[in-house]
Amino acid sequence: MEIKVLGPGCANCHKMEELAKTAVNDLGIEAKVEKISEIHEIMRYTMSTPGLVVNGKLKHSGKPLPSLDKVKALIKEEA
Amino acid sequence: MLGEFVSYITHDVIGLERGSGLSEAAAFFIYDTIKIFLLLSVIIFAVSVARSYFPPEKTKRILSHKKEFIGNILAALLGIVTPFCSCSAVPLFIGFVEAGVPLGVTFSFLISSPMVNEVAVVLLWGLFGWEIAAIYMGTGLLVAILAGFIIGKLKLEKWVEEYVYKIKTGQGQEVSTQTFPERLQYAKWNTADILKRVWLFIFLAIGIGGFIHGYVPEDFLVRYAGNGNPFAVPMAVAIGVPLYSNAAGVIPIVYALMEKGLSMGTVLAFMMAVTALSLPEMIILRKVLKIPLLAVFAGIMAATITAVGYLFNTIL
Repeated sequence: MEIKVLGPGCANCHKMEELAKTAVNDLGIEAKVEKISEIHEIMRYTMSTPGLVVNGKLKHSGKPLPSLDKVKALIKEEA
Repeated sequence: MLGEFVSYITHDVIGLERGSGLSEAAAFFIYDTIKIFLLLSVIIFAVSVARSYFPPEKTKRILSHKKEFIGNILAALLGIVTPFCSCSAVPLFIGFVEAGVPLGVTFSFLISSPMVNEVAVVLLWGLFGWEIAAIYMGTGLLVAILAGFIIGKLKLEKWVEEYVYKIKTGQGQEVSTQTFPERLQYAKWNTADILKRVWLFIFLAIGIGGFIHGYVPEDFLVRYAGNGNPFAVPMAVAIGVPLYSNAAGVIPIVYALMEKGLSMGTVLAFMMAVTALSLPEMIILRKVLKIPLLAVFAGIMAATITAVGYLFNTIL
């Protein structure tokens, strides 16, 4: 499973990355969490960061951030 | 009702003597604090629900290929309700331009969003009354509309980095829409999140207000920056432009300046300059804008904010 966190690197993007990692840990699944800060790559998915992409699908974008439970649910949808 | 409750807390629970200076000050502090937190909770919650209906993607569609002026007005208004993280400024800018939103209209949006928002309006309302809040909101929108309109008229597209026009947004994925309970849940969460970030500034503002009221001599600032000084407004703007803070962070300073008798126009101009323009934002926008356009942007903003400051010092 491939998880991407989209964001140029502000406080919210870091929080999103933490959320994704915690969610993966809690769910006990095999997944690579990757932080994407390159603008061309971000723009392929969304213009409102922070974004969460699971297996190539945009699951969340923009502010406010989803809760940890929501992130888990979003990841499970693609599992 | 709130007054009676506060009186009960100060006199009966804390046990301060009625009519003493300390109990007056404590009652004032408790009353103001409760009032502002109530206002903030209710209004942020309502705005958060409204916001969930205006994701940036929708705003982009609304503004795409809009005529100038009408577009500028719409963009400034949408800036209030469209949530976006400050780090999104660059992708948002590219997304707007790519979707055919005119440059000046895009600017109107980017200007109004950090400057005119529910936190700023509620704090001004709670501390200085609804008239000041309405004036701030009205003039903030005016600045965003005017500055964006002027930038549009100047035809500065050549000073946008070329790569911006080449980026293709791909399939432009969208997240599935929320159900109403989800929106409420999100609004609740967002309200708690904002309160967590601003409560300290609010205590600070109310505390500083009381402190300055009692201790700093009344004419200290007024002598240098009062109504008599024609350079007060440009000075306030010049100091505010490089500084950055969100609306909540600047409020304690605003309160202090206002208490010390600085005129309304000067203080509002300062607050706008702090929230709307900053060095870090310029550095972020440098990724998509060439330096001449950044300079024009900063210049036009400073000029319109100064004009608004003078306008209020003249009328009020």
